[in-house]
Formats: sequence, structure tokens, C-alpha cells
Amino acid sequence: MSNCNCKNFASKLLAWIDERFPLSQVWNEHMAKYYAPKNFNFWYFFGSLALLVLVNQIVTGIWLTMNYKPDANMAFDAVEAIMRDFEWGWLIRYMHSTGASIFFIVIYLHMFRGMMYGSFKKPRELVWLLGMSLYLALMAEAFMGYLLPWGQMSYWGANVIISLFSAIPVIGDDLATWIRGDFLISDVTLNRFFSFHVIAVPLIIVGLVFLHIVALHKVGSNNPDGVEIKKLKDSNGVPLDGIPFHPYYTVKDLFGAVVFVTICAWIIFYSPEMGGYFLEHPNFIPADSLKTPEHIAPVWYFTPFYSILRAIPSKFGGMLAMFAAIFILFFLPWLDRCQVKSIRYRGNIYKIALGLFVVSFVTLGYLGTIPPTPTDSFFGAFFTIVYFGFFLLMPIYTRLEVTKPVPERVVWPLKPLLEREGWHWDLVRKAIATLQSTSWYRQAATIACGYWQNLQAFMKNNKYLRHFL
Amino acid sequence: MKRIIVTCLLLWPLLATAEVGAPPLESPGTDVYDTESLRRGAKFYVDRCLSCHSLKHLRYRRLQQDLEFSEDEMKQLFPSLERIVGTMTTAMDPKDAERWFGVAVPDLSERARALGSDWLYTYLRSFYGDVKRPYGVNNWLFKDVAMPNVLWDLQGEQKAVFKEIDGVTVIAGLEQAKPGKLSPQEFDRAVTDLVNFLDYAAEPAQLERRSLGKYVILFLILFGFVSYRLKKVYWKDVH
Amino acid sequence: MNENDIDLEKRRFLTQTTVALGAVGTAFAAVPFINYLKPGAGTLESGAPIDVDITKLEPAQMIRVEWRGQPIWVLKRTDEMLTSLDELEPVLRDPQSDESVQPESCKNKYRSIKPEVFVAVGICTHLGCSPTYRPEAAPPDLGKEWLGGFFCTCHGSRFDLAGRVYKKVPAPTNLVVPPYYYETDTRIIMGEERT
Repeated sequence: MSNCNCKNFASKLLAWIDERFPLSQVWNEHMAKYYAPKNFNFWYFFGSLALLVLVNQIVTGIWLTMNYKPDANMAFDAVEAIMRDFEWGWLIRYMHSTGASIFFIVIYLHMFRGMMYGSFKKPRELVWLLGMSLYLALMAEAFMGYLLPWGQMSYWGANVIISLFSAIPVIGDDLATWIRGDFLISDVTLNRFFSFHVIAVPLIIVGLVFLHIVALHKVGSNNPDGVEIKKLKDSNGVPLDGIPFHPYYTVKDLFGAVVFVTICAWIIFYSPEMGGYFLEHPNFIPADSLKTPEHIAPVWYFTPFYSILRAIPSKFGGMLAMFAAIFILFFLPWLDRCQVKSIRYRGNIYKIALGLFVVSFVTLGYLGTIPPTPTDSFFGAFFTIVYFGFFLLMPIYTRLEVTKPVPERVVWPLKPLLEREGWHWDLVRKAIATLQSTSWYRQAATIACGYWQNLQAFMKNNKYLRHFL
Repeated sequence: MKRIIVTCLLLWPLLATAEVGAPPLESPGTDVYDTESLRRGAKFYVDRCLSCHSLKHLRYRRLQQDLEFSEDEMKQLFPSLERIVGTMTTAMDPKDAERWFGVAVPDLSERARALGSDWLYTYLRSFYGDVKRPYGVNNWLFKDVAMPNVLWDLQGEQKAVFKEIDGVTVIAGLEQAKPGKLSPQEFDRAVTDLVNFLDYAAEPAQLERRSLGKYVILFLILFGFVSYRLKKVYWKDVH
Repeated sequence: MNENDIDLEKRRFLTQTTVALGAVGTAFAAVPFINYLKPGAGTLESGAPIDVDITKLEPAQMIRVEWRGQPIWVLKRTDEMLTSLDELEPVLRDPQSDESVQPESCKNKYRSIKPEVFVAVGICTHLGCSPTYRPEAAPPDLGKEWLGGFFCTCHGSRFDLAGRVYKKVPAPTNLVVPPYYYETDTRIIMGEERT
């Protein structure tokens, strides 16, 4: 009886709100009746995961700000107090620092998805541009956030990057002073970076995320086959290959989020420093303007661009190359001349080119973490050329591609992992076969199978547990 | 081919510290859950290090709780401490430190995280006699360090054995020149305790962090299984 | 038809289980965020007990010390002041200190461990102003019945020289007496009771 009353009240409340606010309308347009392609794969988790990480950074950031002091004399000690004197401060700090690095992993994978499946192509160029703006904002946010702990790497890393601006001819020195608010990085710089990091850039990020999603929903999501699902609709106007985002993708993204949070939990609780990549060792020493650390490098997620900077012998030239390497990504929708969206149907040229791009990005990233030696400098220069080559030669090689015919409908049902085609899947199958041929695997498998059979039998007969089968 | 790759991978750690003339880093095998070791290390630190090196972020109260010191033990360790309030600072004036050592004496609260326990363990055991230095000692790992060898009476004195590489004289190793109060094994164990304590001091929360982690992850695995089945039951209907 | 029914049941069960587990997880996850707001170790330690030396305290003199950010009064009461306490009982709201906050050792008519020294938190129990010390008897603004005590100028609350609140004033309870003990006859430890 009371259940009926509750439901009645709820529906009346909803009606009251709907007369004054487009709640149900927005819910339908963007969740319950937003039709997304049904063939989303692993690469499509990273958008929702990025949103999850953003929420994490904001919430843990607010909590940290309660006890942080943006003063050069107090900042390091404030972080220590958070780690030691406030209940669970260590956990909130690690959630924030791990979240920062994880954010970049998620975003790089999210962007890579776009490059694989042509999500940047017409009519989604604006989604890509907004996403690239988000990437820029995220880099600014991370850069400024890293100054806040006021450790040796915070101070000297910021010093190096800001002094890049002084490389600009004529206005450089004044510009660097203007950014710093002082003639060297000081308490003044710390305070303004705090302001940007805590409120200015997060507002920009949240605004851009909103625009990014609105732009996406206007044209509809792409998919791994690069097929425009809106071309074929049923009599109700629902795309034949579309499924409502809610409940199908809410439920799938929930599962993805849980797996993701499990991995993050492992990092937070067992290895928050990640070997010095997530929390860098020199940063446990308070900033000292008179003592330069042996080896200054930006945090891992900036290192590919740092490598490119180092590859050019001139200070100003290096700076230009670094910014060019980031900004060239904005032009991707117009550099890529191939009409086919998804890599699945594109020519081998693009597959090789994209592979080379990945190799160069990762290698440049690695090289950026180590001190430069002559051999490393050579490879830095080599892969810088490969990196720029991927983009600058794209208008040429993408016109020469021999593409496969793109299907009308998405490939559905998705083939089981072991039946998929492609040399990478062949390798996977070979690896699995080798594993299965070992004797210990066969022993372990028989035992495990036995347990599973028993467990299954037990669960089948249990009123509640059978739902889990 | 496989064998070459494996050998290269195995040799990699040696290559990593293959700076000419630098000592290989040795691992102390510390365990922050060994409370007895932490207690010995804490006492060692208070005896030998605290007069110069502050631990200004470690609270006395936290030390007492985590290392399970009784009120009496705290009184013994810190006789001038009236009430268990505040953090482990030193009385040394930074200006004095500059005069005596040439540099300010660093606080060690986070040193174990900045340098690593391997580095600290190797460093403390790598002092050798060098008449050219103000305090008569130098350190193989940290060349021309300003710190005197405060553990000289326990370890004894070491001397450097030199060799030539490409016309440059480098240290090949260190030898015991005079024995100390402790045998080499006892000394190594004492330094292990000290480094273990510094490891703890750098992050007291690690005791709680690791023990809580398994419950969080177990819960998440359970939740993951349930949400997986939920996903499957909805997606069964997608055709 | 049959298949659909099972599906709905399974969907509902699994959804409910997921929501339940999710709620449990959220509750556990909320704990650190809520507890983080509690005073940190630094704050708790600055609220640690303090030493008060009363060797130089003259009769009828009151000193103020700070503990946990609050003003604490230490008053050396004269014999006259102590006898006046009995006379005032009819005009007091809670002469036996049943409703007010004080340590066990101070639940007596003097509201102190030693009658001649009165320790109290100098904050009016009405809305938090700090009352003034008015030891003189029958001043013009307080009337002939005033035998000495504390008068809060904010809203007119009156307390006697044991901090006990008068009837018919805005303040509801007697002044708070903090925990304290005598380390020696002339040294009070404020903020802790002797265990």
C-alpha cells in the first residue's frame, strides 16, 4: 500500500518538475532515448571513465583544499599534515595523485580510439576540436597542480617550462615574468597557480565537457565499424543498429567502472608512487631555489612533447616544435583524406602509419624520462620526424589508401574474441595455445573445472544464487 | 635469441647503476610490519641522528602509537619531553649547521621516499677514511658529503681500494681497516633497523594502507562480479 | 512469454543486488570523506592541557588563561565571597548544579576542587559572550541584592561567584567548569582530570 503511495508521490513530483524544468525531456534525449550503436567495444569505455576520474579529481581536490596552504613556506608542510595528521588524508591525497596520472592514461586511450575509428571525421570535427581543447586544459591543470606540493620537482619542473616562454623573441622575458608574477618562481606564482588550478581551469574543463557531450549527442556516436547508424532507421525513427544508452550502456559502463576502480584501488593501496612515475622521488624534498636536482624532467604524461622539445637544438625552435606537436592534432579531421572512417576497413598504409605514430609517441615518452645521451638524442630526433611525418604526410598517404568496402550495418553479433580476424588476434590465439599446452595449465584447468562444476550445480539450486549464473 | 634477451634482461639492473666508480646499491630487506625492528631503529635514530637531523613531520604521539612504546619508554627515549605533544624537531640552529658543515642539515621526514631505502642503506655503510675532507671521511655513494660518519665507532673504519679505468682513478671497493664495536653482520642489522624506521617515518600511513587494501579490492571484485552479471542479463536482449 | 518473465525477474534481482552492494560501497567510501573533517592531530594537540601557576594570585583577583581557544577564569575567592554563596541559593536556577557541565570533583556548592580557587570557562551559557567580573556588592547598575558574581552585558545574564546562573535571566545553565586538577598547591593543570 505504502509502496503505491510512494510511487504515486514520485510521479506527481516528477510531473511538477517537468512543468517547470525539462527533466524528463533531457533524460530521454540523452539517456533513455539516446540511441548509441550496439557494437561499442573495449575502446568505448574511456569516455565515461574520463568523466568518473574528473569527478574524483574535483571531489578529492575540494577535500585537499580544506587543509592545503598555498604559501611557499607552508605548502610542503601542509601536504605532510594532510598525509599524517588528518584522518584518511593519505587516502584522499593518493586518490588525487593517482587520479591525475590515470586521467592521462584514460584520455590518451580515449583519443587513440578516435584516431582508430575516425571519430574525428565529418560530422564530428567539432567533437574532436572540443576534445582537443579539453586536452589542452587538462595539461594546463596538471602542470599548475604539480607546482602545489612545492617539492624540488614541482619547483624546478615549473621553472624549466616557464623559462620556455622566455625563448620567444622580443616579448619572451616579459611574458615569463608576467606568467610568474615575479622574476623567478616564488610564492606569488604558487598563489596564482593555486587559483587557476582550483577554480579557473576546472570551470573551463567542466564547461568544455558539457559542450563536448552536447556536440556528440547532436550528431550521434561513431562506432568501431565507422558505420553511420542514423542512415537506417525503423518505422519508429529508431536506428536499426542503435540501442538506448540507458539501460544498456549505463549497465555496461557501470561494470567497466568497477573494473577500472579495482585497478585504481590496487595502485592507491599498494603502489601509489608507481616506481616514481606517479609521485616522483625528488618531490619528497622541499623546493630549494639554490639547489637544482640532478635530473629535471616533466611528469610522465608530458614527456613525449618534452622529447620533441629536446630534439630541436634551438631553444625557441624546440618550443615551437613542442607546441606544434600538440596543435597539429587539432588539424587531424582535415589532414586525413580517407573517406572511410574505421581502421577496420582502411588500407594497410594507415594501419602502419598509426602503428608508427604509437611507437614514436611511446618511445618519445620513454626518452623524455631519462637524461639525454647521444644515442637517445638520435632516437629522439628520429622519432620526432616520424611523429610529424604521420601528420604532415597524411594528406598524401591517406589519398593512396586501398580501402575495403564498408558494410551498411554494424558487425553484429560481435565475434567472440577467439574467432576474430587479424594478425594481432592470431598472436593472441598462439599465445593462448602455448599457455594451454603447458602441463601445469592442464592440471590447474582440470581442478578449476571441477570446482566450477560443483559451484554451478550448487548455485543452480539456490533461490538467489541462480540469478548469478 | 631468447637466451640473449633473457640474459640482457637479467643484467639490466647492473647496467642501470653502471656509473663508473659508483657502488652497487644493496638492499636492506626491510619490513615496516616488523615492529621490533622499527623500535630498535627509532632508538638508534634518537641516539645517533636526532641531535642534527630533525624529523619535524613525525609526531611523538604517532610514534608512540605505531611503535607501541609505553609511557616509560617514551620518557627514556625523550627525557626532556614533558608531554607527548609536538613533532620530533632538533635543537640545532641552522646557522650553526652552516658553520660546522657548510650546509644546512636536512630534515629526514621524507628522505626515505626521496632517496629510497636501498640508497640510504648503502650510503650509511659506505664511509671510508679520506684525510682531505674536514671530518676525515668521505662516502663512496655520496662524493664529498658534508656529513661526518656518526656510526664510525660501531662500524669501525673503512678504507677505499682504488683502481684505474681509462686513466681515471676510481674506487673499486671498501675494506675494513679497523674493526668497530659491532661485527659487520650486527652493524648491517642495526643499519637495516634504522633504514626500516626511516621508511616508516616517511609514510606512517603505509601500515594502514596495505592492510586495508585487500578488503577494498575484495569488495570491488565481488561488486564487479555482480555488476557483470547485471550487464549480461540486460545485454542478452540485444539482437 | 516465459523467457521474458524470467528475464524481468533476473533483471530486477540483479539490479537490486547491485544497488544494495553499491549503497554499501558508497557508505564505506563516504567514511574517509566525513572523518577527514574532524580536527587534525595538530588541532587536537593544541587543545592539550596547559599549566597555570597560581602562586601570585591575590584574594579577589581573577586571571584569564586560554585553553582550546576559550577564556578560562581562575579566581581567588575570599571567605566573604564563599559565605555569600549560601545566601544566594533562593535566586538561583540550578543551585545544586544538576543541569550544568562540570567535572565530578566540582559538583559541590563551591563548584571547585578547592573552595578558595574558582575555575570556570568564561563564556555565558546563553549565546557565548564573555561576562564581566563584578565582585563588588550592591553596585548601582546591578541593585542591592547583588553580592558579587559575573554579569553578562550582552543580554543581562547573571551568575554568582560559583558561576551559578540566576533565575529569570536568558542564560539556561551554570557556567561550564572545565576539567582540571592540582599538580601541586600552586600549579593547576587545565584541561585534564586527574585519573
